[in-house]
Amino acid sequence: MLTMPKNKGLSIFIKPQILLFFIFFALFTPAFLLANEPDHTKNNDIKATEATHAKTSEAFNPGKMILEHVKDAHDWHILDYNGHAVSVPLPVILYDNGLHVFMSSKFEHGHATVESKGNFYKLHDGHVYKTDAAGEIAVDAKGKATNATPIDLSITKNVLALLVGAVIILLIFFSVAKAYRKRGNAAPKGLQSLVEPLIVFLRDEVIKPSAGKHYAKFLPLLLSIFFFIFINNLLGLIPIFPFGANLTGNIAVTMILAIIVFFVVNFSGNKSYWKHIFMPDVPKAMWILLIPIEILGVVLKPFVLMLRLFANITAGHIIILGFFSLIFIFGQKNMFVGYGTSIISVAFTLFMSMLELLVAFLQAYVFTLLTSLYIGSATEEHHHAEDHH
Amino acid sequence: MDLVLPGLGLTFWMVLVFGLLLFLLKKFAWKPILSALNERENSIEEALKSAEQAREQMSKLKSDNEALFKQARNERDEILKEARDMKDSIISEAKRSAEEEGKRMIQKATEEISKQKAVAIAELKGQVASLSVSIAEKLINNQLSNSAEQQTIIANQVNNLNNNQQAIA
Repeated sequence: MLTMPKNKGLSIFIKPQILLFFIFFALFTPAFLLANEPDHTKNNDIKATEATHAKTSEAFNPGKMILEHVKDAHDWHILDYNGHAVSVPLPVILYDNGLHVFMSSKFEHGHATVESKGNFYKLHDGHVYKTDAAGEIAVDAKGKATNATPIDLSITKNVLALLVGAVIILLIFFSVAKAYRKRGNAAPKGLQSLVEPLIVFLRDEVIKPSAGKHYAKFLPLLLSIFFFIFINNLLGLIPIFPFGANLTGNIAVTMILAIIVFFVVNFSGNKSYWKHIFMPDVPKAMWILLIPIEILGVVLKPFVLMLRLFANITAGHIIILGFFSLIFIFGQKNMFVGYGTSIISVAFTLFMSMLELLVAFLQAYVFTLLTSLYIGSATEEHHHAEDHH
Repeated sequence: MDLVLPGLGLTFWMVLVFGLLLFLLKKFAWKPILSALNERENSIEEALKSAEQAREQMSKLKSDNEALFKQARNERDEILKEARDMKDSIISEAKRSAEEEGKRMIQKATEEISKQKAVAIAELKGQVASLSVSIAEKLINNQLSNSAEQQTIIANQVNNLNNNQQAIA
């Protein structure tokens, strides 16, 4: 009882200090930002340099900048310095009557034509096209290149992020597995105690109640999917080089995850699952209507999984980049307005990043939960067939 | 449009990397982790169960002990009671027998006394008779010459006898 008012007094004492700190921080943020956030402040310059290259004096284009970030790329752009893009070159791997391997720096951001084993390639709008020696790109009425495209298996930005994410996941779980082997039945420790509650939560609260009797068979897959999405979502929020790519917000990645779910659900489907689709418990006249709907449902479920993850993560990246773009939009009108906006932008970005942390977990959770529900309904026993429409 | 169209390269790498990841995780991570978790849960459950059993045994032992204690106390009480009863009965028996003995002795004494009295009286009677005979002898020897005197003497003697008899009775 005696300590209570003491603590209260202490927290009251601390609060104004925190407030003061924030005010101080807000006042001196513009200079601070310029020094520490080259990644985003320089985005302005990227566009500027690209604009000068294109011989058009176009202003900062937030839509283009944001889209270029959330899309895949052949090199990993970090910042622009003195009008020169600083980016990490990535290997380009093309299959075009034989393998062609070279670094993406040879493209010089789309300005140079690369010769490889007698073929010529050029980067145009983020895609590699086959050209003649002069590097001519034919464009149709819609502005789309009509040149032939080689099979492009390059280690792009997202592929690198995928590899980095996979390595991190393997490091985490191999070390955790080692800890389990070594410590036996002892209480978890370190990384183990961080991961164990998640695994136990997923197993006991998500997968066990929804995936049905045979849940143990699907546990490795579902846990792998969850941690793949969760960890890559988190890595996508870190704005420094090998992280920050929009990997889980890329449709190819979510598509593969959804296809895996589609195959697993349908291959594990039992007799009552298929009967529910092709011979539903309704009058036969209704089958004409119901069977197409059920078949559509089979495809739609993983399709929606794919879209939900893609849209949520991409939207998160777009919103954060949008807030930063505000700084440069206003900064173009007046430098000081830009500085002022940066305070608000940083505050909002901070808030959005917190929200994105939640979304990172939530989307992984939802994907896992829905997948286990689909598996559960596909493996459910016959007498429950009517309860899960 | 590029945003919603899956790129071929990334799709290829995703299949490869995710497939490999799935395989490696399943074999080298999930298997040991999940089995270790299961094992630990089982061991905890077993430990709890055995603790519960031990507690049950303990309480059973306790109740057994209590019953034993109760029984011992009952036995002790019974023995005490028996002893007390025995003491009482011994005392009363002793009292009774003592009383009886006393009574018997008194009676015997009384009988003896009356017997002795009768014997004494009989002896006295004999002595008196012999005394009177001897007196009578002497008197007769002295006074038998005189008939008148004889008469008075006899009469006195008889009177005396009667008086003596009355006195004794």
